[in-house]
Amino acid sequence: MRIKQCFERLSSEGRKALMPYITAGDPAEKTVDIMHKMVASGANLIELGFPFSDPMADGPVIAEAHERALSQGVTLNDVFSMVTRFRENDNTTPIVLMGYLNPVEIMGYEVFADRAAQAGVDGVLIVDLPAEFAGDLVEHLQPKQIDMINLITPTTTDERIKKICSVASGFVYYVSLKGVTGSNKLDLDSVQSRVAHIKGFTDLPVGVGFGIRDGESAAAISSVADGVVVGSLLVSELANYHSQGDSTIDRVSGHLEEMRQAMDK
Amino acid sequence: MTIEDKNSDYKNLKDLPDDSGHFGRFGGRYVAETLMCVLEELEATYKKLWNDPEFQADFDRDLAHYVGRPSPLYHAERWSESLGGAQIYLKREDLNHTGAHKINHAIGQALLAKHMGKKRIIAETGAGQHGVATATVAARLGLECIVYMGAKDVKRQALNVYRMKLLGATVVPVESGSQTLKDAINEALRDWVTRPEETFYILGTVCGPHPYPEMVRNFQSVIGREARRQCLEMTNRLPDALVACVGGGSNAMGLFYEFLQDESVKIYGVEAGGHGVESGEHAARMSGERQGVFQGQRSYLMCDDDGQIIESYSVSAGLDYPGVGPEHSHLRSVGRAEYPCVTDDEALASFRNLTRMEGIMPALESSHALAFAEKLAPTMEKDQIIVVNLSGRGDKDIHTVAEIDGLTF
Repeated sequence: MRIKQCFERLSSEGRKALMPYITAGDPAEKTVDIMHKMVASGANLIELGFPFSDPMADGPVIAEAHERALSQGVTLNDVFSMVTRFRENDNTTPIVLMGYLNPVEIMGYEVFADRAAQAGVDGVLIVDLPAEFAGDLVEHLQPKQIDMINLITPTTTDERIKKICSVASGFVYYVSLKGVTGSNKLDLDSVQSRVAHIKGFTDLPVGVGFGIRDGESAAAISSVADGVVVGSLLVSELANYHSQGDSTIDRVSGHLEEMRQAMDK
Repeated sequence: MTIEDKNSDYKNLKDLPDDSGHFGRFGGRYVAETLMCVLEELEATYKKLWNDPEFQADFDRDLAHYVGRPSPLYHAERWSESLGGAQIYLKREDLNHTGAHKINHAIGQALLAKHMGKKRIIAETGAGQHGVATATVAARLGLECIVYMGAKDVKRQALNVYRMKLLGATVVPVESGSQTLKDAINEALRDWVTRPEETFYILGTVCGPHPYPEMVRNFQSVIGREARRQCLEMTNRLPDALVACVGGGSNAMGLFYEFLQDESVKIYGVEAGGHGVESGEHAARMSGERQGVFQGQRSYLMCDDDGQIIESYSVSAGLDYPGVGPEHSHLRSVGRAEYPCVTDDEALASFRNLTRMEGIMPALESSHALAFAEKLAPTMEKDQIIVVNLSGRGDKDIHTVAEIDGLTF
């Protein structure tokens, strides 16, 4: 429900959603703190990655964040604990867990859905679970009012967009570039026409990610979409946490503030 | 869950996978949306060409004149005699061009790449055998070839790295994760989603997202078709048992597929027991009950309680992979095939036995199949027949064996 309310509220204010991604456990002792700081810097929804040993759809920046989290022993249950702690002080910002299927499979869909709901998770994006195989998980998430977030890419066919929109809820996530996370070329015109095209299939808000690196690109994307996802840029700052400490978190906040300002202009 | 559905009809086994790429509940296409479109394109092209007589003729011609097929089925009389039981016949995939069965599917996939107009071939490799086979076919077709290889494997397999370079391929060491085969696959997939239009990914086994498990199996199924015909010609009957080693499972599926409906033929896929399953250092995925989703497929696999993939171990690099083909997973779960494991030591002993007794030096991978055959044969009658897939030759492993013997060159 928080996701729907978030987009409705922003829409009524004429604003767009700023949706940062970080990997939970990178670093473990700071994740909850970073989440609060991101909200204070203008984030509307948080995508929280749960680590996996083989993040095959991610580029080096986010893949290394998964490795750093795992080297600290962060498990899916730890990620739920982080969300629980975040919820002690923030009961409105939606949280989308983003990761790969195997940890969810091993936990079991039912237990996963239970614990996610208890922790206060609002949406789940499983990178390697295509819409056609997502039915079982959706069946467990739906009764808990947890949204299934799905990706759509520049090459997704109309037939697949239909399929994806039929299982998706909350919002759909348009990946504006081919390739892995952390790529950095962006073609605004094609994003605009694709987002418009997707909106022909669904009433859900459309968030756009991949290739957003600064206020200018965030503002450009937010002019054609309902939300902007930024990940690799933030994660690449946090990669230096162990050598540079809290200044890396300040830089994350700085990026988000810049984007927020540019998007609200 | 142990063995389910034991009475399921073997007659339908050859019809799998279903349209969604599933073998029972295994297989599928568990990949990011970024890959769905390229996989759908690959599937469509593959399905069209696999049923095209002209493509089949091209493939058969290459298998005959470039690979050197059919490979012999050899009666290892002296070795069989020493074991005192069943007669063992070796399917000599080690005699193929490049020394292993890998060339069969590399040729098939390269032909597909050519038909699709792809100019750039990528592949992953562990020990380097699939990388060498891919570099070989790419050289022959004049295609650019990039091989991803875990940084650890690059160090361990310097000879094969150099072979690939001589063949004109670029070998990219993969520094992420465990720096082994699974990480090389991740990196190849990342490359593919980044440059899908010009790139064909030649995957090295019956794993990964649909259609790879089906496609690689079908390109390898020539092994079983030949072996079945040869066995009938030589002995006037079908074998009583088939034995093949299983890493991802391509040589094994290649041998097994043609026999799936022959209920009298027992099927054994041999996994790497490493230092023993109880030691935790092994690649015996199907000795456990863990099932999950990894690198595009649902299968038996090795992971911890949090779902993180565990590094496998085997003396034989080709069996050292934490996942296993979905069709093998299905054959195990319906009880059509059994998947025992043998240890490093048992495989090394069989490597020496076959070398000394038959003058054939097997790959360490294939030595796992031989080691199980050594256990199985004495439990059978002398007029019974075991066909073992001798999937590769042992030249590449001489360094490993010499090291174990305390020698360095």
